[in-house]
Amino acid sequence: MAYRHIVGPRTHVFADLATLMAKATPVRSGDRLAGVAAESAEEEMAARWCLADVPLREILARPLIPYEDDDVTRLILDTHDVPAFADIAHLTVGDFREFLLTATSETLARIAPGITPEIAAAVSKIMRNQDLILVARKCRVVTRFRNTIGLPGRLAVRLQPNHPTDDAAGITASILDGLSYGCGDAVIGLNPASDSVSTLSGLLRLFDDLIRRLEIPTQGCILTHVTTTIEAMNRGLPVDLVFQSIAGTQGANASFGVTLPILREAHEAALALKRGTIGDNCMYFETGQGSALSAGQHHGIDQQTLEARAYAVARPFRPLLVNTVVGFIGPEYLYDGKEIIRAGLEDHFCGKLMGVPLGVDVCYTNHAEADQNDMDTLLTLLGTAGCNFVMGIPGADDVMLNYQSTSFHDSLYLREVLGLKRAPEFEAWLAQIGLTDADGTLLQEGPSARLIAAAPGLGDRGMAA
Amino acid sequence: MSDDHTATDTDPWARLARLTPARIGLGRVGSGLPTREVLRFGLAHAQARDAVHTPLDGETVRAGIAALGFDTLALASAAPDRATYLRRPDLGRALGDEAQAALAARGDGPVDLALVVADGLSARAVHEGAAGFLAAFQPHIARAGWRLAPVVVATQARVALGDGIGAALKARAVVVIIGERPGLSSPDSLGLYLTFGPRVGRSDAERNCISNVRPAGLSHELAAFKLDWLLTQAFALGISGVSLKDGSGPALEAAPDPTKLGPGPTGQPPA
Repeated sequence: MAYRHIVGPRTHVFADLATLMAKATPVRSGDRLAGVAAESAEEEMAARWCLADVPLREILARPLIPYEDDDVTRLILDTHDVPAFADIAHLTVGDFREFLLTATSETLARIAPGITPEIAAAVSKIMRNQDLILVARKCRVVTRFRNTIGLPGRLAVRLQPNHPTDDAAGITASILDGLSYGCGDAVIGLNPASDSVSTLSGLLRLFDDLIRRLEIPTQGCILTHVTTTIEAMNRGLPVDLVFQSIAGTQGANASFGVTLPILREAHEAALALKRGTIGDNCMYFETGQGSALSAGQHHGIDQQTLEARAYAVARPFRPLLVNTVVGFIGPEYLYDGKEIIRAGLEDHFCGKLMGVPLGVDVCYTNHAEADQNDMDTLLTLLGTAGCNFVMGIPGADDVMLNYQSTSFHDSLYLREVLGLKRAPEFEAWLAQIGLTDADGTLLQEGPSARLIAAAPGLGDRGMAA
Repeated sequence: MSDDHTATDTDPWARLARLTPARIGLGRVGSGLPTREVLRFGLAHAQARDAVHTPLDGETVRAGIAALGFDTLALASAAPDRATYLRRPDLGRALGDEAQAALAARGDGPVDLALVVADGLSARAVHEGAAGFLAAFQPHIARAGWRLAPVVVATQARVALGDGIGAALKARAVVVIIGERPGLSSPDSLGLYLTFGPRVGRSDAERNCISNVRPAGLSHELAAFKLDWLLTQAFALGISGVSLKDGSGPALEAAPDPTKLGPGPTGQPPA
């Protein structure tokens, strides 16, 4: 069914819901590359006016990718929580925006299972950045493994100690550096350069040893393909979290070499290990706008809607962490700081609205029109929006993946400006080993030496290599 | 490195910093970075940005290549400028109208190998490294006796632009020597992409890549040796890509004196 909107002498016609949603999206390079973006500023606004009048029921009734063709569509519709949807079933997209502005945290938690990714994406397209921040801030998604992530007033950090050749001593050095800034409560998570099981087993043992010896209330993760992690679990290696990159269409997931049954198998295997001490959220997913287009599996749908569908893939697995790596993919998908900032806020909002524990890798590549100032802006906005976690990378420079993200120092900045605390268990540990005062502030005098003193074995190990 | 515990206690972070190229042990001022670290990062980013946005000086690059004794040919992709190139990778993979006409007007016979020097995402890598690499590779071409098309110097180019060029020049294989996406500490890195049987529509899985060719990475001599090995295999087996694994390691060990192959920041040809 075609949609129409009249502006003065012109009638704007949108062939179907996918076209309408694409044209209503704030313009970005990836949608232009796909040929689905609005062709004028007026057409973009006409699409938004038109989308605002679409009933939420109609979005449910018109899957953007047919049920028969795509297992993500089937997952979304088969698991849709009809009672949770009842509160909002009578609303249009425009009404829904206003509903969200005044909804309480309790209401938002209740309706979350009834919100499909297409509904979340649709309403986000007619929301300004301040709306995305205000509503996301009220959405609380709390998860637990060895600590508690997502509580109000708190921000966790993934400590990302990547090394170009997976050198154990070099990785340990970066981990000690990050811990000394009070980072690592979300996860100590490494992107390995190698995908050989023998290298990975050494790294898994290193992380397990380090977390146990220092008694850190956190979890480790080696971010390798899910099938490799299943192999590692079969070999009895110490796996805390299962990682996988996911996308919003069956075809894009296939291009990552992953299917829903493989994810279920991995989830069940990780649950059976029972390595979490205070909770069993044991999955870590990464996503990013543009991945489906990059794989040629976008079905003519805009990249932001497909990104929200990736959160629907994540949701049934009750993940500990879902991370949108927002600026990593390059300027052909998100061209500049403005597009990256908007996408980061959209992703965080859509995930939280759907009840998914979103964190954001606030990042860019050197061929994007962006710099560290743009990252400061997005980081500050996400801190305000109640983002669950961000990245902590030495000096914001990932020397393995060749991109820039946020640093250990950046998290200190955000804590100081916004008063954000760490995960409570991790915060208590930092105070206990003398790295911070009871308030969570890093002690001025030689905190680094204190950490090594608390972990002489690890210090020697780092020194010896 | 000593395990002396006293030394560990006095200056542990300087010693840890030697274990990784990551930016650790930076120190802090309150919640922020020391001024020198803010400026150091800013300079590295500036150099990476300049590498992306500096236009290729095609004339100088061609002159440098011609001085080695190669014929050269300048071509442009369908991307008219840098801003379009960054947004539209499809245009960087397609030949512009003028380039198509220029290639169609040529009556080149079949050759074994077409070499394409492309700006990619770092003109700086091409300015500083392309001629040096070709000088290192020249003896390998002579030894193998490969018939060579003119060396193409291509602007606003992506890797797949070589497919159309290789096909038009009737080459059995094409090698694209291209400026790689600059990292914060590697603004000068070349990548070498080999495609056997070039034609428009080849996928990336049908290519072999030799990456990180730069003074602080893989030397010109070593890269030339690896490319020779891959090309020889590709011609013998009639394939390139994922089914052709880089097995040049053993061949390198068997070579008379592998240490002579590198490393060399200036990319001088082997003696």
